[in-house]
Amino acid sequence: MTTINIADTTPVPAEQIAKDLLPQKFGRRGMIWTSVLILLFLTGIIAYFRQLRQGLVVTSMRDYVSWGIYISNFVFFVAISLVGSLITAVFRLANVKWATPLTRIAEIIAVSAIVFAALIIIVDMGRPERMLNLFIYGRIQSPIMWDVIVISTYFVISLLLLYLPLLPDLRILINSKAPQWLKRLYRFQGSFWKGTAEQFKISERSITILCIAIIPVAFSIHTVTSWLFATTYRPGWDSTNFGAYFISGAFLVGSGAVVVAMYVFRKYYHLEKYITEMHFEKMGRVVVLLCLLYLYFNINEYMVPAFKMKKPEEAHLGGLFTGEFAPMFWFAIVVGMIIPIIILLFKKGRKPLPMFITGIMIVVGAWFKRYLIVTPTLLHPFLPMSDVPAAYRHYFPSWEEWAITIGSLAGALLVMTFFVRIYPIIPIQETISESHEEE
Amino acid sequence: MENKKTSRREFLAATILASAGMAGCDGENSPFTPETEVALTGEKVKLLSVKGEVIEVDRAFLKPVPDLPRLTNSEERKGIPGKKFVMVIDLARCKNLKKCQQACNHMHYLHPGQSWIKVHSMQDGEHTAPYWQPTTCMHCDEPPCVKVCPVDATFKRQDGIVAIDSNRCIGCRFCMAACPYSTRVFNWETPALPEEVAKQHYSIETSVPQKRGTVGKCDFCPDMVRKGELPHCVSACPNGVFMFGDMNEDTVTNGADTFRFSELIKDKAGYRLMEDLGTKPSVYYLPPVNRNFPFESGLENQNLNDHDHH
Repeated sequence: MTTINIADTTPVPAEQIAKDLLPQKFGRRGMIWTSVLILLFLTGIIAYFRQLRQGLVVTSMRDYVSWGIYISNFVFFVAISLVGSLITAVFRLANVKWATPLTRIAEIIAVSAIVFAALIIIVDMGRPERMLNLFIYGRIQSPIMWDVIVISTYFVISLLLLYLPLLPDLRILINSKAPQWLKRLYRFQGSFWKGTAEQFKISERSITILCIAIIPVAFSIHTVTSWLFATTYRPGWDSTNFGAYFISGAFLVGSGAVVVAMYVFRKYYHLEKYITEMHFEKMGRVVVLLCLLYLYFNINEYMVPAFKMKKPEEAHLGGLFTGEFAPMFWFAIVVGMIIPIIILLFKKGRKPLPMFITGIMIVVGAWFKRYLIVTPTLLHPFLPMSDVPAAYRHYFPSWEEWAITIGSLAGALLVMTFFVRIYPIIPIQETISESHEEE
Repeated sequence: MENKKTSRREFLAATILASAGMAGCDGENSPFTPETEVALTGEKVKLLSVKGEVIEVDRAFLKPVPDLPRLTNSEERKGIPGKKFVMVIDLARCKNLKKCQQACNHMHYLHPGQSWIKVHSMQDGEHTAPYWQPTTCMHCDEPPCVKVCPVDATFKRQDGIVAIDSNRCIGCRFCMAACPYSTRVFNWETPALPEEVAKQHYSIETSVPQKRGTVGKCDFCPDMVRKGELPHCVSACPNGVFMFGDMNEDTVTNGADTFRFSELIKDKAGYRLMEDLGTKPSVYYLPPVNRNFPFESGLENQNLNDHDHH
């Protein structure tokens, strides 16, 4: 039997690879983790039922702040899902071989995030039961319709990019010692896969086509999402910079999430042989580049209007720089971008643990950044806020909004958690065949 | 047009007759024999019967038809042919009485705390005089809200009105984000409505009843126009601030005075809000010069909620 050599000097035989990478039962910590997520998710569901019964009045949104954390959370989900296209497609087309063990992590983040992006938009709707109106009366001129089209396309392509590379692994799983109910699932999904040369050829070709197709779709989903704001007149949204600004931010938060996931899976499933320090080192370089890129677009986004300080922009920018949103704004800039850049510029900073911490800083900073993109603008309309109750002039999310938002984040994590319980998070077949190539 | 008017009058007469008939139609009884005692007024009204004969009935048998016959959804979406509605708001006459707002809220059964008409306290520059500025929906000719609506629930009618179909609105609130005049409000909870109003069939022209989870706003009251009356805000204002009319007829009126629209705008240097955005509003403002009231006289009517702001 062949032996392989992944990054370090330990040779690993193919059976060993399969054994290492097969999904494992939850341990004690896994159980606690999953139960907590389920609890948070159920709390979100309860809060949503309250919202369905009483209406959006349970939120703190009102006529001026008519979009709140639901929409910023939606933007966050769309952003984070973009990483699937970066790591699977861009790296693949650029022939970046080292990223292979990370592709499935990136793809499952993409799929679960895009599913919850779609769900959170339904949560934000005043009349969710009329969703079919989008198809009955849909008008193509509305950026919302563009979003519906590209997000559903992105979901399908991402799902296929998750599924097709999984087929050879399903065959391994069918022959593994998994429980019956799981095997039934594996057989249902992949029993047609015999691993013939022809099947591999078709699969290879399909994946290449999908990888090419997903790049413009990925750019579209986040550009269109940025246009939901940029197509309006409001200060803070009326920007030609928005598409590029959103996409660079999206690649950053997605890569941050992949780094966090890499660290957790590696530690929890003892995958040190497969997700090596080399992977962290290389991802660190990618992340620092993306951080710099996003910082560049941020400077454009805030410096240029601040230089002119046009009257409508003044109140908005004042609120961000020194006003009520200043702590959050500087947190998002400093913790979400500048400190990660400083850490990652050093070789020691690109070791697994500092990378993990940096990844968390990036993801948390990015979540608040989305909040800052949505809410402050709405609190500074062109005309004064007159003749409305006092509560309309401020916004702090209600417990229902927090519960639903946290529930959706927990839901996305649950999807990933169950996925790694059922499927190998590192592609087994690809890892084996790449080790063959190296020989 | 003339023909249509006549036929409507006939139709109305027939409707009145029919409802009078329905009220008394009970078995073999004559339709005019009441089932319950009706106190006769002695006043006779001439009506045209279905057979084309002129008949006389006592006024007591007449049941008023509450409104014009219901329009279909597609008629309401099309608008009133040949019209192009316009409003002129004379800032020199406004003292923030808010009668416009009260009438509008009342007639549209708006949820407490919400208003479609807002009166802003404005001051353009540091040293310029403050003034009161009522805002309605601008009924833009390039409406940003209509552009972004994904389901055609808000649309531009041929008579210039930007209307909302609350039966179609999905509640995404993109139109609210898009409107630079912040004119749109949302029904965050089930609107507090009298039971008989809540049961009514929603009409695009009356915007009643408002529905939970949908967007509402000023509709220029086309139902009043169809009846030959002025929008509620126009007739409620004691100072004649609002002038409403038809661009095609080049006339606007506040009920007391009627003006040639083009001359009024030219003579008094009328302008529109945020002209630079290119939204082309249908609402024009006359600058607050030679004012009828000092600004301070309106302060006492400022909404209580305004005081805790800044």
